[in-house]
Amino acid sequence: MQNRLVALFGAALLLLGQPGGVQAGDQVTREKLKAVASFSILGDMVKNVGGDRVEVTTLVGPNGDAHVFSPTPADAKTLADADIFFVNGLGFEGWMERLENASGFTGALVVTSGGVMPIVMRGERHDHDAEDRGGEQDHADQAENEAYDSQGGGNTDPHAWQSLFNGKIYVTNIRDALIAVDPEGQETYEANAAKYLTAIDAEDKAVREAIAKLPEARRKIITSHDAFGYFGNAYGLEIVAPEGVSTESEASAQDVAKIIRQIREEKIPAVFLENVTDRRLLDQIASETGAKIGGVLYSDALSGSDGPAPTYLDMFRHNAGALTAALSS
Amino acid sequence: MIDTLVQPFIEFAFMRRALVGSLAISLTAPPIGVFLVLRRMSLMGDAMGHAILPGAAIGYLLAGLSLFAMSLGGFAAGLAVALAAGLVARSTVIREDASLAGFYLVSLALGVMLVSMRGNSVDLLHVLFGTVLALDDGALLLIAAIATASLVTLAVIYRPLVLECFDPQFLRSVSAWSSPTHLLFLVLVVLNLVAGFQALGTLMAVGIMLLPAVAARFWAEDVGGMIGVAIVSAFLSSVTGLLVSYYVNVPTGPAVILACGAFYLLSMFVGVRGGVLWSLLPRKHLEA
Repeated sequence: MQNRLVALFGAALLLLGQPGGVQAGDQVTREKLKAVASFSILGDMVKNVGGDRVEVTTLVGPNGDAHVFSPTPADAKTLADADIFFVNGLGFEGWMERLENASGFTGALVVTSGGVMPIVMRGERHDHDAEDRGGEQDHADQAENEAYDSQGGGNTDPHAWQSLFNGKIYVTNIRDALIAVDPEGQETYEANAAKYLTAIDAEDKAVREAIAKLPEARRKIITSHDAFGYFGNAYGLEIVAPEGVSTESEASAQDVAKIIRQIREEKIPAVFLENVTDRRLLDQIASETGAKIGGVLYSDALSGSDGPAPTYLDMFRHNAGALTAALSS
Repeated sequence: MIDTLVQPFIEFAFMRRALVGSLAISLTAPPIGVFLVLRRMSLMGDAMGHAILPGAAIGYLLAGLSLFAMSLGGFAAGLAVALAAGLVARSTVIREDASLAGFYLVSLALGVMLVSMRGNSVDLLHVLFGTVLALDDGALLLIAAIATASLVTLAVIYRPLVLECFDPQFLRSVSAWSSPTHLLFLVLVVLNLVAGFQALGTLMAVGIMLLPAVAARFWAEDVGGMIGVAIVSAFLSSVTGLLVSYYVNVPTGPAVILACGAFYLLSMFVGVRGGVLWSLLPRKHLEA
C-alpha cells in the first residue's frame, strides 16, 4: 500500500514538473490596451476617450454602489491583467488599496480627480466619521469597508464628476494617462477627447439654461444621499440630504426632524430618490411634508443600457430633466 | 418636563409612527425572546440575520429590488434554516445551538455566492433592512399583523411550549403536541425576525427580542411574569431610545438597544430575583 502511495506521489510530481505549453506567439494585429475603471461613470468616460484602442472593464457596474463594493478574486484577476487602472480618488473607493495589493497590479494607476478643487461635505451633522455612524448591516461584510471608507481625508465629498467642469478635468486626465501608456495612439486619443469635451460643453450649457429657467425660490431639493454637492455648487441648486455622503450611515431622529422642519419652513418643493439607496426614509419625509417625489436621480452609477442614464452625458440629461420637471410645476 | 417628552411626537408624524411600530414590536418580540432564552437559543436572532441572505438573493434575482419579493425569499430561507435545524436537533445527536450554527453558515455562504454571481454590488441586506424612522403604511401593517398572529398563536400553544422548555420528555410521553409546538414556535421566531429586519433593521429587531427577555430574568420567577416585564421594558426602552435619538442626535436603532442594555445592567445589580447587590447584603440567620 505504501509503495503504491509513493509511486502515485512520484507520478504526480513528475506531471506537475512538466513545462507549460508553448505560449501563442505575439499577435500580428495590434492588441488593445487593457483598461480597468473603478465604476460605471469612469468606465463610460474612458470608453469615449479610448475608442477602439482601449478595452475597458468596469468593476462597479450600472446601478452598483461603489461605497459598499466588495471586490472578488475575479476582479483581482481582471486588475492583474490590466495595463492601466482608473479610479476616482477623493476617498470614493475605500477598497482600492487592498485590491491593488492583492492583485499584484503593476500597471499605471490614474486618479482621475487630480486637479479638481474638492469640496467639503455639507452641514455640521457630517462631522461624524463614517465609522461612528456605521449602519446596522452585516458586520463581517461591512467592517472592512467602513475602515477604508473614511480614509478619504475625513470630510471630502468625492462625487466631483457631478459638475461637468470637473468632468472635463477628468477627461483631460484620462486622455493624458492613455497617451503616456500608449504613445502610438496619441492622435486618436486627442481627437476622441476633443470631440467628447465639445459634447460635455454643450451639455453643460444645456443644464445651466434649464436650471436658470426655474424660479429662484424653487431651486432647492432633498435627496437621500449627499452626492450632489458639486452639482449644486456648479448649477446653483441647493441640496439638502438627511444622511451623510456614504450610503452606509444611518440617520438619527434629530436629522430627520431637522429636514422636515426645513422643508416645511423653506417650502422645498421636491424630494429625489436615488438609484443606489433605500427609498423608504425619503418616502416618509415626502409624505409628511407634502413635498413631491421628483423621481430618480442618478448619482454614483449609470443605469443599465436600457435605462434612462446609460452614459455620463445621458445621466446629466436625465437628471436635469427630472429636476426641471419637478421644480417648475 | 412632560412637554419635552411629548413634543417630538406631537410635531412629527414619523416619530408617531416609530412609536406605534415600537409598541407593536414590543408586544410581539419579547415573549418570543423569553422562550428563546429559556430554551438556550438566544443567539438564534443573530444567526437568522445572516441565514436569510440566500432567500433575499433569490428574490432579488427573480424580481429586482422588490421589498416584497426579497422579504418573502428571506422568510422562506429563514424558515428552511430554522426548521432544518430544529429537525436535526430533535432526531440526531446534534443539539439546538450546533445544528443552527451549521445551517445558518451554509445558508450565509450560499447567499454570498448567489449575490456575487449576479455581478452587481448592490448591498442586498442594506436595502432589505429598514429603519424605525421610515415605517410606511405597509411596514406598520406588517408588524401589527404579525404581532396579532404571534400573540394569538402563543396563547394557544402556551402550555405545551412551557412544558417543552422544562420537560420535553414528559410532554412527548403524554401528548402528540411536542413536535408541532416546537415547529410552530420556530415559525413564529422567523416571522418576527424577518418582519423586524424589514421594518426596523437587524439590530433593533434582534435586540428588542432578546435584551428585555434577558433582563426580565432578574425580576420575575414565572414565565408569565417574565413576559410581562419584558414587554413593558421593551416599550419603555423604545420610547427612551427615540427621545435620545431626537434630542442627542444619535442613530435611533442603537439608541433603543442601548436603552434596553442599560435596563439589563441595572437589572443585573438591583433586580429583585438574583440581583447582584441583594446577594451582598447580610442575610437574616435562619433560626429554628
